[in-house]
Amino acid sequence: MTATATKTETVRRNGGRRLVDRVARVRELGIVVALAALFGVTGAVNPSFLTYGSLRDILLNSSIVALLAVGQTLVVITRNVDLSVSSVVGLSAFGGALILADHPGVPIPVVIAGCVLLGAACGAVNGLLVGAAKVPALVATLGTLYAFRGIDYAWAGGRQVNAADMPEGFLSLGTRSVLGVPLPALVALAVLLVVGWMLRNFRSGRELYAIGSHPEAAVLAGIRVRRRIIAAFVANGALAGLAGVMWAARFGTVDATVATGKELDVIAAVVVGGVAIFGGSGTVYGAALGALLLASITSALAVLRVDALAQTAINGALLIAAIVLDRLLALRVAAALRRRRFHDDH
Amino acid sequence: MEDTPVLSLSQVSKAFGAVRAVREVSLDLYAGEAHALAGENGAGKSTLVKILSGVHQPDAGRILLDGEPVEFGGPANAQQAGVAVIYQEPTLFPDLSVMENIFMGRQPRSRFGIDRRAMRTAAAELFARLGVQLEPDRPARGLSIADQQLVEIAKALSRQARVLIMDEPTAALSGKEVARLFGVAEALRGQGCALLFISHRLEEIFKLCQRVTVLRDGGFVASHPIADITPDDLVRRMVGRELESLFPKQETDTGEVALSVRRLTREGIFTDVSFEVRRGEIVALAGLVGAGRSEVARAVFGIDRWDAGSVEVDGRRLRPASPTAAMAAGLALVPEDRRQQGLVMDLSIERNIGLAGLAALHKGPLISRPAERERARDWAVRLRLKFARLTDPVNVLSGGNQQKVVLAKWLARRPSVLIVDEPTRGIDVATKAEVHRLLSELAGSGVAVLMISSELPEVLGMADRVLVMHEGRLVAELDRAAATEESVMAAATGRSVT
Ligand SMILES: Nc1ncnc2c1ncn2[C@@H]1O[C@H](COP(=O)(O)OP(=O)(O)OP(=O)(O)O)[C@@H](O)[C@H]1O
Ligand SMILES: [Mg+2]
Repeated sequence: MTATATKTETVRRNGGRRLVDRVARVRELGIVVALAALFGVTGAVNPSFLTYGSLRDILLNSSIVALLAVGQTLVVITRNVDLSVSSVVGLSAFGGALILADHPGVPIPVVIAGCVLLGAACGAVNGLLVGAAKVPALVATLGTLYAFRGIDYAWAGGRQVNAADMPEGFLSLGTRSVLGVPLPALVALAVLLVVGWMLRNFRSGRELYAIGSHPEAAVLAGIRVRRRIIAAFVANGALAGLAGVMWAARFGTVDATVATGKELDVIAAVVVGGVAIFGGSGTVYGAALGALLLASITSALAVLRVDALAQTAINGALLIAAIVLDRLLALRVAAALRRRRFHDDH
Repeated sequence: MEDTPVLSLSQVSKAFGAVRAVREVSLDLYAGEAHALAGENGAGKSTLVKILSGVHQPDAGRILLDGEPVEFGGPANAQQAGVAVIYQEPTLFPDLSVMENIFMGRQPRSRFGIDRRAMRTAAAELFARLGVQLEPDRPARGLSIADQQLVEIAKALSRQARVLIMDEPTAALSGKEVARLFGVAEALRGQGCALLFISHRLEEIFKLCQRVTVLRDGGFVASHPIADITPDDLVRRMVGRELESLFPKQETDTGEVALSVRRLTREGIFTDVSFEVRRGEIVALAGLVGAGRSEVARAVFGIDRWDAGSVEVDGRRLRPASPTAAMAAGLALVPEDRRQQGLVMDLSIERNIGLAGLAALHKGPLISRPAERERARDWAVRLRLKFARLTDPVNVLSGGNQQKVVLAKWLARRPSVLIVDEPTRGIDVATKAEVHRLLSELAGSGVAVLMISSELPEVLGMADRVLVMHEGRLVAELDRAAATEESVMAAATGRSVT
């Protein structure tokens, strides 16, 4: 009697762990499968899609959005959103380019650090508005989306910084490869791994999930909710600042319109990557994979000569498919959990 | 008790707008003493708890820790001072695992960050101490209220606090789990922990506590050593008047079968459940927490689908998995998890009461506001609802008063078959009698009532027949004469094989 009870218990316990892990993995695996299918089909139609040059381009194109998606995930997990990232990227890209062009003496690492700090400062503004002043994130960051862009325009005053104005050593950062992998992609990957690890293994990381999962309970649990939310926005801002320098290095031509509208791509990547828009669940790995998938689709459609308007529609369809999938998964899991909720007493 | 109290409140007041929730209340919690806080729904008990835990800051008065004045600016301050709280409403994070819920912010760490293995072991140990079988790794989403409550208890225990505050921890639990909890609480008390305990079940107060403080309408009424007071005295203090007897089920003539459930099965949850409920009859569904009673109710009402069997209302088969069809057939369900399933928290009291019976309030295509208000007011009075305005959102009501709103919402529909899941959970003694009188009255007017209850006195006092479930099966059917505390418990624990 006792023996069987313990046995069913272990079975069930393992089952529980598996179920939770499985859901998280199913979601990310789904993207990997979609990626594989995409590369398989497109490669079959047009083998040039699978050449080193093409794959390199896809990595380059996705790394900035992937970086932003990682940062955005930090914010979305807490049941908030940051629409202003594209303006922060623009501000940082222009600021960095301007310094490099007008003050060639400033060392490149200092410029990069400055851009990251500028981004963090923008993030702090968002964080204070949302965390301290309790303005809903959607409204607050919509406001700063315009405000930061406005500062950018005022600062630039119509000026454009060209590749020729910037040092060669800086521009090569945007295109150089290490062991065949472009540097921006390596930076995005490093950030991804570090943030992913922190979210899973730091108490503060877990607290972000707790805040998004049930904000009132987070307060009762003694979590410093305001501080954590501000920190998430600051980190996201810092990553947007970094993304801004990467943009400047990669494209060389920088004016005040850089990255306009990119925030939607970022949020799309996050949602496709399985991060719940109402907070509490999802991983940065999923979000980064989402960014990679969206970039790959854009490239594939170009190779397949599908026109640009159709591309937008296809991205939209993908987004909706991801949301439907999440909903279905959530329902299945809820049903499975309810089935298992009831514990017999032996 | 000459020594200084660990934690005490001195002349504390707290108002929410015009509502004076707590007025000049003093309370002393001593090491090694279990202190009960008693009072009707809305008396201010939970507000007092939230002052002690740093959620609310008092408008006036002081908090003293070891005799020294302190200020709790937030829950974190109170936690650092060694105060652990089990709140009345579950405060779990649905997306996170049970073990993370327990240890949030205090997860065991190794050199490489959070040590999940140590956390799992620690959670399993806590569950073993409480005698429950829960998987530390499963997410909190989908846990029954009882299980949620057990996780909350484990969470509070894990803090190894000097002061443990429990706001109706037993409301969702059945006898066995309550006994376990009390065992653990006694042990903590023996180690010098100070306990503050809130419950509407008086027998629990008398069993666990050495001292009781009574609140009425936010004001301090009295504080007594438990030995100096009888349950009747306590009720009188709480209510401020005499109470009539508790379980007044009238004899009624039973009519034809109104609800007939045949061989209902939901894979892995309940199996082969068959029963009938006649007009004018109150049938109780008894059993331990987790026996599958609420699940049967949910399936009958169409919230969950079933795998085999059938449900008939007034001789007509119900479409499976359709609450709309069930409601159209005259079925009503007062659910177990009222916060999540029964109320729209941000909507006003009157709108919530009107919600389930919108059809009756229609005047052409529009809802008649005066009718809605009229009905809400009528039910608020009948259930002794304590509120400031009917237009207030329900989330500012006290826990018990929220329950009353859900009850009102479904009773106002005048259903022909009423399923009530734990109808008096969290409801104070005076209103409990009122709810029982109402159920009895409904039965008298020809409604078929199926009542799920974990409170044996309620089951025995109210039911014409008692059905007992054990591990997903109906194991006994006892008529009024055969139903005794022993026979029901024996069947519920799977001991009788008759
Ligand atoms: N946040 C709030 N805003 C407005 N009023 C509130 C708020 N919290 C509590 N109240 C009011 O304060 C009074 C006391 O509520 P409290 O929750 O302390 O009662 P309680 O004694 O715990 O009752 P119960 O037994 O029903 O849990 C009630 O009238 C309630 O409506
Ligand atoms: Mg309360």
